Amino acid sequence: MTTVPLLEVTGLGMDFGGLRAVDGVSLSVYAGEIVALIGPNGAGKTTFFNCITGIYRPTRGAVQLTPAGGSRQRIDGLRPHRIASLGMARTFQNIRLFPQMTVLENVMLGRHCRTRSSLLGAILRGPNTRRQEAETIDRSYQLLEKVGLLSVADEMAKNLPYGGQRRLEIARALATDPFLLLLDEPAAGMNPQETAELDALIVRIRADDKVAVLLIEHDMKLVMNISDRIYVMEYGKQIATGTPLEIRHNAKVIEAYLGEGGDA
Amino acid sequence: MALLRKALLTSIWFVFLTLPFLAVRVNTLQNEVEWRWHSLFYVGLAVFLLSVFIQVGRQLRQRRPLRPAGPTTIARFGHRLLTEASLYRPLLGLLTVAALLFPLIFDTAQTNILVLALIFVVLGLGLNITVGLAGLLDLGYIAFFAVGAYTYAILNSHFGLGFWLCLPLGGAVGALFGLLLGFPILRLRGDYLAIVTLGFGSIAKIVIENWEDLTHGAQGISGIARPGLFGLEFDLAGTVNYLYYLALTLVIVTIFITHRLKDSRLGRAWIALREDEIACAATGIDPALTKLSAYAFGAFWAGLVGVLFAARNTLVHPNSFTFMESALVLSIVVLGGMGSIVGVILAALALVLLPEYLRAFEEYRMLVYGAVMVLMMLFRPQGLIRPAGRRYKRPTAGDQEAA
Repeated sequence: MTTVPLLEVTGLGMDFGGLRAVDGVSLSVYAGEIVALIGPNGAGKTTFFNCITGIYRPTRGAVQLTPAGGSRQRIDGLRPHRIASLGMARTFQNIRLFPQMTVLENVMLGRHCRTRSSLLGAILRGPNTRRQEAETIDRSYQLLEKVGLLSVADEMAKNLPYGGQRRLEIARALATDPFLLLLDEPAAGMNPQETAELDALIVRIRADDKVAVLLIEHDMKLVMNISDRIYVMEYGKQIATGTPLEIRHNAKVIEAYLGEGGDA
Repeated sequence: MALLRKALLTSIWFVFLTLPFLAVRVNTLQNEVEWRWHSLFYVGLAVFLLSVFIQVGRQLRQRRPLRPAGPTTIARFGHRLLTEASLYRPLLGLLTVAALLFPLIFDTAQTNILVLALIFVVLGLGLNITVGLAGLLDLGYIAFFAVGAYTYAILNSHFGLGFWLCLPLGGAVGALFGLLLGFPILRLRGDYLAIVTLGFGSIAKIVIENWEDLTHGAQGISGIARPGLFGLEFDLAGTVNYLYYLALTLVIVTIFITHRLKDSRLGRAWIALREDEIACAATGIDPALTKLSAYAFGAFWAGLVGVLFAARNTLVHPNSFTFMESALVLSIVVLGGMGSIVGVILAALALVLLPEYLRAFEEYRMLVYGAVMVLMMLFRPQGLIRPAGRRYKRPTAGDQEAA
């Protein structure tokens, strides 16, 4: 591929005191791709996510983001909300919704960084504010329709079943109009039926919204099904990269992660 | 039998607990100790009966067939009252008329007390933004109230500036101090935040007490001008009534603006900040900006109404701004239900007016106050009114699939 990657991470390292959680990981995601990051528990995958989304400041290495039609920009060290408004949205392994707000409001908050309002505008509720508010609501309903949560739009987010909360997090992330979506174990705690729906949802997101996806996942069936490329981490280091087929037959990966025989 | 034994044990326990301050009385005049055993007997009897009553009630409730879980009839009616226009509009109209006629029906003293209550309504609504919506605990909120009051007092006594000019100035200075407090504590949360805000409240009072040149220290500043109205002169009753209508207007303006903000892009960001700060940042909301605006906006109302407070009392004094007042305003927000505007108004009226009218029981005021708080936290920790989620109509009328 000769095009510039949307996300390019080079030699990323993260130390917590004496512990090297991530050690020299390089990764890139191109437009339209679904890329998976796998590895045994504690390999440093979530730390890697936290580094590139600004929640942690990486100790070493560079993270560069190139929005479609935009210019290349270094984002390591930027604060999380800046990175989200640049167009890289994420979900969390341990779901982080706004539990005491309705499902719809959760998605509406995703529109925050794409809308503007002044204090006076909010108080007087002029035509501009009202139009913007209506657009926010409309777009949020569309996203809920997409992830299949339309019928529970007025429920409190905390009352949703687990699978619904995961999908709501995806809808909220999509509301920020990202060009790259990072999903941290989206299928965790889902039953096979829900996982299959999630599989279809991720593929649909890529097709409809032209969003590239980088996901961390333990469900090998899902990973092998939808990924174009896979990166494998172990003990903070990158041990392999390649297509699902290559990874499946990589001796190092089998030894480190899939274990005896593997479930793929 | 088990029931009676439990009741007996409870009453003995209470008798033991209340022994030091109910039974023993030191008569300082004759230097002797009086033992008042009869009062202990009453305490024991009351606790015994109450315990039996509660236990019987609990058993009866368990015997009854289980009803499907859900809000009670009263709660449901309350919810309808707050959400259905056909129900709350007439009530609102009635309340407005009652509020407008109040000074004409009741005497000046009553009106004067109500002015104080209205001032605390505004304070409650202001703190409700910081604590109730944005979830930032503030134990020194009264400092902003002091800042507003002293802004007017100083500008009036040193430079002769009038009430109407100082009213927005007080709010602005309050907001400025809100920002000033906000910056250093951007990274703090929970207990640490509580401690720093507590410190800020104390610092404000100590500065006021010691900056003799500017604030006249512990003497306070007296002879502050009352608000004027196109040069009209009022007698005492007239002044109080005028202040009452001013306070009422201020309350209505505060309700209107905080309500609008709550349902805006900024208001949603405040609530999101309360719910989960990291999720906020990852969703593209600037937590720092959101926090600062919540502090500044909460402090703005305190500063604004502080000016009114100074004008009502015509004197300001550091002792009006102690931790007790901060705690009172915080109780108003907690008691009313975090984030609920109606709840905060009810709680403010209750917590300010009840002590005023229960002057006869002044000795037991803090006891009753504490008991109310404990009972509330046990039986209704979410406050008087639990804020319900807002519903948004889908604007495109074409595809109304939403149930």
